[in-house]
Amino acid sequence: MLNRLGPTLTILLLTGPIAFGLAGTVLPALGFLPALDGMKFTLAHLRDLFSEPAILISAGLSLVAGVVTAFLSLLAVMLFVAGFAGTRAFGRVQHLVSPLLSLPHAAAAFALAFLIAPSGMLARLVSPEMTGWERPPDLLIVNDPMGLSMMAGLVVKEIPFLLLMTLAALPQVPLRETRMLTASLGYGRVAGFVLGSWPAIYRQIRLPVFAVIAFASSVVDVAMILGPTRTAPLAARLVTWMNDPDLSMRYLASAGALLQLAVTGLALAFWLGLERLGAALSKRAAIRGWRFNQDALLRAAGLAMMILSAGIVFAGLATLALWSFAGLWQFPDALPASFTLRTWMRMLPSILEPLQTTLLAGLLSTLIASVLAILCLMHEEETGRRPGRGALTLLYLPLLVPQVAFVFGLQLLLIYAGVLATLPALVLAHLVFVMPYAYLSLKEPWYAFDRRYDWIAASLGKGRARRFFSVRLPVMTRAVLTMAAVGFAVSVGLYLPTVLVGAGRLTTVTTEAVALASGGNGRVIGVYAFWQMLLPMMGFAVATFVPALIFRRFRGMQV
Amino acid sequence: MLKRLLAAALACAASFAAHAEEVDPADWDQVLQQAQGQTVYFNAWGGAENINAYIEWAAGELKKRYKVTLKHVKLDDTAHAVATVVAEKAAGRDQGGSVDLVWINGENFAAMKERGLLFSPGWAENLPNWRYVDYENKPTITTDFTIPVEGLASPWGMAQLVFFYDSARMEAAKLPRNADELLAWAEANPGRFSYPQPPDFTGSSFLKQVLLEKADRSVLERPVDEEIFAEATKPLSDYLDALHKVAWRSGRAFPQNYPAMKQLLADGELDIIFAFNPAEASSAIANGELPDTVRSFTFPGGTLANTHFVAIPYNANAKAGALVTANFLISPEAQVRKEDPAYWGDPTVLSMDKLEPDARAAFASIDLGVATLKPEELAPALGEPHPSWMERIEDEWKRRYTAEN
Repeated sequence: MLNRLGPTLTILLLTGPIAFGLAGTVLPALGFLPALDGMKFTLAHLRDLFSEPAILISAGLSLVAGVVTAFLSLLAVMLFVAGFAGTRAFGRVQHLVSPLLSLPHAAAAFALAFLIAPSGMLARLVSPEMTGWERPPDLLIVNDPMGLSMMAGLVVKEIPFLLLMTLAALPQVPLRETRMLTASLGYGRVAGFVLGSWPAIYRQIRLPVFAVIAFASSVVDVAMILGPTRTAPLAARLVTWMNDPDLSMRYLASAGALLQLAVTGLALAFWLGLERLGAALSKRAAIRGWRFNQDALLRAAGLAMMILSAGIVFAGLATLALWSFAGLWQFPDALPASFTLRTWMRMLPSILEPLQTTLLAGLLSTLIASVLAILCLMHEEETGRRPGRGALTLLYLPLLVPQVAFVFGLQLLLIYAGVLATLPALVLAHLVFVMPYAYLSLKEPWYAFDRRYDWIAASLGKGRARRFFSVRLPVMTRAVLTMAAVGFAVSVGLYLPTVLVGAGRLTTVTTEAVALASGGNGRVIGVYAFWQMLLPMMGFAVATFVPALIFRRFRGMQV
Repeated sequence: MLKRLLAAALACAASFAAHAEEVDPADWDQVLQQAQGQTVYFNAWGGAENINAYIEWAAGELKKRYKVTLKHVKLDDTAHAVATVVAEKAAGRDQGGSVDLVWINGENFAAMKERGLLFSPGWAENLPNWRYVDYENKPTITTDFTIPVEGLASPWGMAQLVFFYDSARMEAAKLPRNADELLAWAEANPGRFSYPQPPDFTGSSFLKQVLLEKADRSVLERPVDEEIFAEATKPLSDYLDALHKVAWRSGRAFPQNYPAMKQLLADGELDIIFAFNPAEASSAIANGELPDTVRSFTFPGGTLANTHFVAIPYNANAKAGALVTANFLISPEAQVRKEDPAYWGDPTVLSMDKLEPDARAAFASIDLGVATLKPEELAPALGEPHPSWMERIEDEWKRRYTAEN
């Protein structure tokens, strides 16, 4: 009975906020906002939007960021998997990259910024000996007008995501057999993979790729940290309008959110074109019989991109850790002149409240999402119907619709309901984003469960509840805890929904860290980035060690 | 029947509330009595740890001495508090408003005064501690951004633009002494000067400093006249066009705020920075954020200065408590602590001549820090232009420089 409610509830929780949120965005853009006496249809706000200075440049930046980020991350993953799937190096790199998945985008962006800035760690390491720089060079690297460092910051975070998605799809293609076949036909390793296995894999990871495009084309936190500041990308400008105390700016913000929707749509359409192009090119290559058997360089490039992306983030995080303990640290010193706990001590009182909110919102949304995911899966299992393509798209909806476009409208509704900046509203907003990840991460292990255990228990006369709690759940402890860790990590990293729904009164470590980003104070950012990194890691630590502890006497349950 | 009862009860409650809220600032004993047990929601910018800690201290003292509970509502922009009061007025909530006291000046004060959103008539000059306030020598206490204060807000602290440099890298003799010399210096040292991107308020203050030096000041004291705006601000835009060519990152990016500039000075990216609080450099040195060779300097011809205030909205719920708080904030004791860079480092609004000897001694014994100019070393204060200028200049900046050119 309860599990029949699962899918319905999930659909309501996912589509409800999005549908209402989109309505709350589109209507004000067209002039309807009863709270401000807006009752007439008008295109004036859209006209206002296009008379904002350089608005098309902002839109263009967002468009390019979406497509380029997805292209580069996918290329790196594809080349790496093509070159190394099944080798020992593959496993090592996978272990190197995977922890980055749980790192919030903002923390990765900080790491990059403190590494590549003119006064950053890289410049410090080689100065003044190799560069002659006694002082940081006057170079515009971070916040560059073309958004290159912003895209780099996005790529290093999307590579682990796409890699994980690809890994999940890999077992479903006969990788070894295809490789043997293509190799026997004289194809190079990369070409053989791209022509033989990739089409089947790509079909599986298409939605995640779309999610990357949607995210990168509408990202706010990374854009605020690394992106251009004069002519900021569209979403970052939108957020300043949304936060403007002048309420009439909400019309402009809504119109901007509508434009954001169009930009993301355009980026996706452009990608569909690229897909066609890619297909045509590979077909042509296949027909011409090009073998590409000299591909050592390509394979090396794939490996290099993977290692580089992970290395950058780890080096940046180490730099931030140093900053958080630094006394005075002047350029070009590679190490601070003195170490002190002062920053940590001083930040402690002010970090407690955001920390508490982060934990509460994360744990509650994860708990609800876990229960719903389990109910959905139980329902699917009982009816024997797996979700089709439509249902999956529905699940991906919160990841495909730009966050600004619907969270802003959702915020308006929450204001009407008088629940803005309350914990339940925040949990609901987080749930929309936690839910898809929770379901997706539990799906495979759930179906991998050997149902004969269930049948045995049933044949011993145990009821459903008993079977679930005494057999299924214990066996699935590891999978369920991993799902919870994934969900919690997603919640910790959420920036925009927290800013808009928390309305500045409920803050998490991520929103606080991004708010402090503008000050460029490495010490304070270091402390916040540490917490951003630590919280998701603690989740995964629980998911690893608790099952190990529980199952220490069960040999069959150990990994 | 039930409805009528309810209406009567509501009317009764409303009249009771109205009665309870009749506060007469001139009758201080009664104010103290009414304030007991009240909770004051103090809407104040919450972006600086030291200031938040200071307000926390004040809350403790108020509780102890007057049984007033002070709650700091941390704002990222004071305009939010103004918007709240505007919204409450629009909704007819003329009593029991959610803002009791607001930290304010400039365009926000002008907006609240103009819309009649402030507790009136003027009350600040009735506060017992007003007798210490130096309104004779500090004109910005009675005139805020050319708007007469008329006792609608009580002064809290003084601010003045001062410049910082690292004496280990620069000679004091070569420091610029006005905006033109600053430009010449920047041309000789490309990439070593910048200012926070407007509408950050430190950045906007820099624009106003240049405007005050280069434009006709009498025009700036009046509200913006659109017909002469372009002409009046031409010296400023010419100045900025020239400056951006030689600014940090060639003017293609700007620091986001003062703390970002401070970091850039520490990193050696910038050579000259500025702040709106003369004690900033000393406290940054004490925190290890700037090297101890950083020193302050000013423009002898005068720099932008203003006063920041606390004001009470017309519909405040705890007016008596707010009055007691405002009075406490200008007590010699609270002001000494505020001027001490160990706590905040914000210059006092009080007059040393009016204080009792022991209070004067307490001020004299404050260690202002190596990098802080003494009050007598500060340049003459230049008054703020009319608030409408700030708004228009920020718009104009956005229009001219938002896009890369």
